[in-house]
Amino acid sequence: MKALLLKGGRVLDPSNDLDSPADVLIERGLVARVGPDIAAKGAEVFDCSGLLVTPGLLDTKVHLNEPGREDRETIATGTRAAALGGYTAVACRSTQEMVMDNQTVVQFIRRRAARDGVVRVFPIGAVTRGMSGKELAELGELAVAGALAVSDDDHPVADAAVMRRALVYSRMFELPVLSFPLDPELAADGVMHEGRTSTELGLPGIPSIAEEVIAAREVIFADSLGCHVHLSPVSSADTVDIIRYARERGVSLSAEVTPHNLLLTDAACEGYDTNAKVSPPLRTDADRRALVGAVADGTVSVIASDHSPCTVAEKQTEFARAADGIAGLETAFAALYTGLVLTGELPLERLVRAMTAAPAKVLGLALGSLTPGYPADVTVWDLAGEWTVDVEAFASKGRNNPFHGKRLKGRPAAVLVGGRFVLRNGEVAV
Amino acid sequence: MLKSKDLLGIRELDIPEIELILDQTAKLEEVSTRAVKKLPALRGKIVANLFYTPSTRTRISFERACKALSADLINIGQLPSALGETLTDTALTLQAMGVDIIVVRHHLAGAPVQLARNIEASVINAGDGAHEHPTQALVDAYTIRRTLGRIEGLKVALLGDIRHASAAKSDLYCLVKLGAQVAVGAPSTLIPEGLSEFGCQVFHTVEEAVDAADVIITTRVSLDYGNDKLLPSLREYSRFYSLNTERLALAKPDVMILHSGAINRGVEITATVAERARPHLQRQIAAGVTLRMAVLYMLAMGKGVA
Repeated sequence: MKALLLKGGRVLDPSNDLDSPADVLIERGLVARVGPDIAAKGAEVFDCSGLLVTPGLLDTKVHLNEPGREDRETIATGTRAAALGGYTAVACRSTQEMVMDNQTVVQFIRRRAARDGVVRVFPIGAVTRGMSGKELAELGELAVAGALAVSDDDHPVADAAVMRRALVYSRMFELPVLSFPLDPELAADGVMHEGRTSTELGLPGIPSIAEEVIAAREVIFADSLGCHVHLSPVSSADTVDIIRYARERGVSLSAEVTPHNLLLTDAACEGYDTNAKVSPPLRTDADRRALVGAVADGTVSVIASDHSPCTVAEKQTEFARAADGIAGLETAFAALYTGLVLTGELPLERLVRAMTAAPAKVLGLALGSLTPGYPADVTVWDLAGEWTVDVEAFASKGRNNPFHGKRLKGRPAAVLVGGRFVLRNGEVAV
Repeated sequence: MLKSKDLLGIRELDIPEIELILDQTAKLEEVSTRAVKKLPALRGKIVANLFYTPSTRTRISFERACKALSADLINIGQLPSALGETLTDTALTLQAMGVDIIVVRHHLAGAPVQLARNIEASVINAGDGAHEHPTQALVDAYTIRRTLGRIEGLKVALLGDIRHASAAKSDLYCLVKLGAQVAVGAPSTLIPEGLSEFGCQVFHTVEEAVDAADVIITTRVSLDYGNDKLLPSLREYSRFYSLNTERLALAKPDVMILHSGAINRGVEITATVAERARPHLQRQIAAGVTLRMAVLYMLAMGKGVA
């Protein structure tokens, strides 16, 4: 494999506190050197002048839906969408129809990803059998089969005794537990944030406290059991306060937030727009601002797309019956860059950190950094170019995206996985 | 004329539109006193009643209104949703058969709103879950204006299941827009989040809500809609919240009492008070037909077809 020199770009690598004009030399699929004016004889040169070079984005929460719901997405389509969004690795969650509570499904996904995947795919196993929240899945076997962490996705492990066992048991296998903080009794039949807008629309609400009581429970578990808990994801201002309190006390707790919870509010549900129906729900602007602040100060360290493609039929129905989720891989970075960085709400360095080094840390991956010796997973961004979101042009099978028609800035010019171009000149190159 | 092809909620209507509907109703009232209670205004037009949840009173009221305007009415008895057909597909089928106006009642909030976006025919929301029931609120406003001569400045108490009754929230929007002072009286578990931002006062006792009221509107309270979890029992509700003679005495002496939905005597209103309210309730029901005539007529006119 020929050496590759990414020349003349602005290199932003939060894991090394680097933000300056530099070249990146890639040899044998690894980052070889990062520095000014690297001369590399015989290397292919990729001109990055006017472009931003960052570690490839990592996503801790993606639904590829294969196996089980290939009508929504497949590993082939989902990883193409990931590359188009500037991602080089995605961690995929279970599909309800084919839960990763056993090694067979994990192995299938790894094999299929090796065949069809455009970017790296890391399976996330289930915490409990069938994501039922009742009995532990075979966590040890899942770890051996290659599950990177365990999560019951959007099914909360409501039973505190089960969560306690899951935390102490998975620790033996160094398997991070990702908890979806939601009390199902408090959430009841809610379909959006409980507040003035839900009352206006007459839709049953999910109160913020449904999240906060479980977030507080996980703080107590992390503290008293000495286990790390990752909240995946969070949506309310008071949850941010709970996490901040925990971290100040030295409790081992981390959290992630979605792009849509950072950019939109429950007002997006007006007119019963099912593209704004997500779990956790879009909340108030005060919540949104608190979440942005939490990413800015590192209280919430990770931004996860929660890519959830749905079929048209699943979204074109009554709001209460519509499926949750946004097919967000292809818009996540651009929407955040346009909506938060260009408006001055969030520094670019914090955005890139929350999508590279921070998720790598949560999943225990030696990725998300341009440290020499690391796999050369790199994204080269054209931050100036403006484009219009068109869901019909998505690589994802999902068309459910609330940014459809919006003008955004920030699109990858090139994406490299292990030193190979998977996207070049804006087109998937695999 | 109305700005929209549909009537989906009071929230979207402006004050002149509301007044226009009430004025049109007044003009049509005379028809119901004639020996031949029928106008040819909607002859050749087709209206479909699409009721996903049963409501005898609202359905028959629309049916009467259609017939009084000489429209052809299709009452859809057996619903295709049992076959898995979506509401939009059903409505598109009706539209293809020439239906001009579809009256929809649905237990899911927003169903008529989403439907209206997908079809050219006019949609009238006849109650969609906890969202809105605009014609009922207009009926109440019309009945109040007809009886008391005005709405602005009146003290109106709204009692009962404010959380789930689609009519209660439409009443609230409508009366607040028309300048009434609205006081809601219901237990805290039946008050939806953020209601105090709707321009009304919220009380947790009937006594405070009905104090010096010109009008009291009670809404049916039952153990449906999950109220079995929100209320300890109907017995306890009735003890603290039923509109009885003692509580009624706190209102103005000639207070007007309206009710929406079928009465649950002894729960939201005692039998004695319901009896006293009967003349108002009869007027309210009669006005319902006339008001729905006005709405059907205006929507048909708005589309340039009448």
